[in-house]
Amino acid sequence: MLKSNNKSWLRFSLLAIAFALYFTIGTPQDAHAMHIMEGMLPPMWCVFWFAVSAPFFIYGLYRMRKIVNSKEQNAKVMLALCGAFVFVLSSLKMPSVTGSSSHPTGVGLGTVMFGPGVLAVLGVIVLLFQALLLAHGGLTTLGANEFSMTIVGPIVGFLVWKLCRALKVNKSVSLFLCAMFADWSTYVTTSFQLGVVYPDPHGGVFGAVVKFLSIYAVTQIPLAIAEGLLTVIVYNLILNNDLWKESALS
Amino acid sequence: MKEKSRTRQNVILLILVLALVIAPFIVAKNGAFGGSDDQGTAQIKKFDPGYKPWAHPLWTPPSGEIESLLFTVQGSIGTGIMAYIIGNAHGKRTAKKQLNDSDATSSTNNK
Repeated sequence: MLKSNNKSWLRFSLLAIAFALYFTIGTPQDAHAMHIMEGMLPPMWCVFWFAVSAPFFIYGLYRMRKIVNSKEQNAKVMLALCGAFVFVLSSLKMPSVTGSSSHPTGVGLGTVMFGPGVLAVLGVIVLLFQALLLAHGGLTTLGANEFSMTIVGPIVGFLVWKLCRALKVNKSVSLFLCAMFADWSTYVTTSFQLGVVYPDPHGGVFGAVVKFLSIYAVTQIPLAIAEGLLTVIVYNLILNNDLWKESALS
Repeated sequence: MKEKSRTRQNVILLILVLALVIAPFIVAKNGAFGGSDDQGTAQIKKFDPGYKPWAHPLWTPPSGEIESLLFTVQGSIGTGIMAYIIGNAHGKRTAKKQLNDSDATSSTNNK
């Protein structure tokens, strides 16, 4: 009892530190962050990102087949839930301390439950929905957005998860960090993708990346934290209702 | 971790999420909270004034209202699926518990 109290206090103080950091870093400025818009990447770069993303997508299909055919209890249902979670979170445009809005990605949950591969397929459904119906993101930039949100994000999240577990970090905290870094790295990737194509006339590629990071990545910090917390909430609900065994996660 | 402590943790986490969402309105009082990629796009135009987008969305929502409608639809589809799955599992679990409980009482009655 005492031990678990100590643990929750540790968790609480870690969160308090995170909040303090959040208010120190997050100085108000005008910025908007989201996917790369339709037509905003030159054709060659569009082709490049499609080519890079394609193998990951094909591997994602293979992973999906394996999950759907697996004997793991509730595997299909949980896959649907992870996809639905991406749908919900990427529709929530949330305010940030920078005085602008952006949306989370929701890829952390699926990454922890099924590994990063399958997210390339789940994520593309959302990206297509938004590109076709909401004029948000785009078809020509689909490859680039796919790469940042459904490939880099989940892989970074997965590495964070594995690292935390190797260091024997508590599962809830590991999941929180996984989802947070998956979200954040997505927007860091977007900044690099844009910086390479549009170098600063004075500062070059590096200067441009810094500028885009200040737009995309800073706004995203509080949203990434919120996403991490929401992911843990949903995961707790899953465990509380016997949908998934905690031991299924390594 | 036990069920009750998970529920308690969820309540705390939910409050923190709310705080994170509300805080920006206090910290950045004068923020425009404009969404979308306009700022990134504006930055691109600053770096490369000659760039012309070579493709345009096939269809753009005719108004802000329609756009928010579609965003809500997106969120609702996801929420619906999640609520169904979790609610269904919750019901199953409760039914199983009740069955076990009634089994237990009936077996003691038989003695």
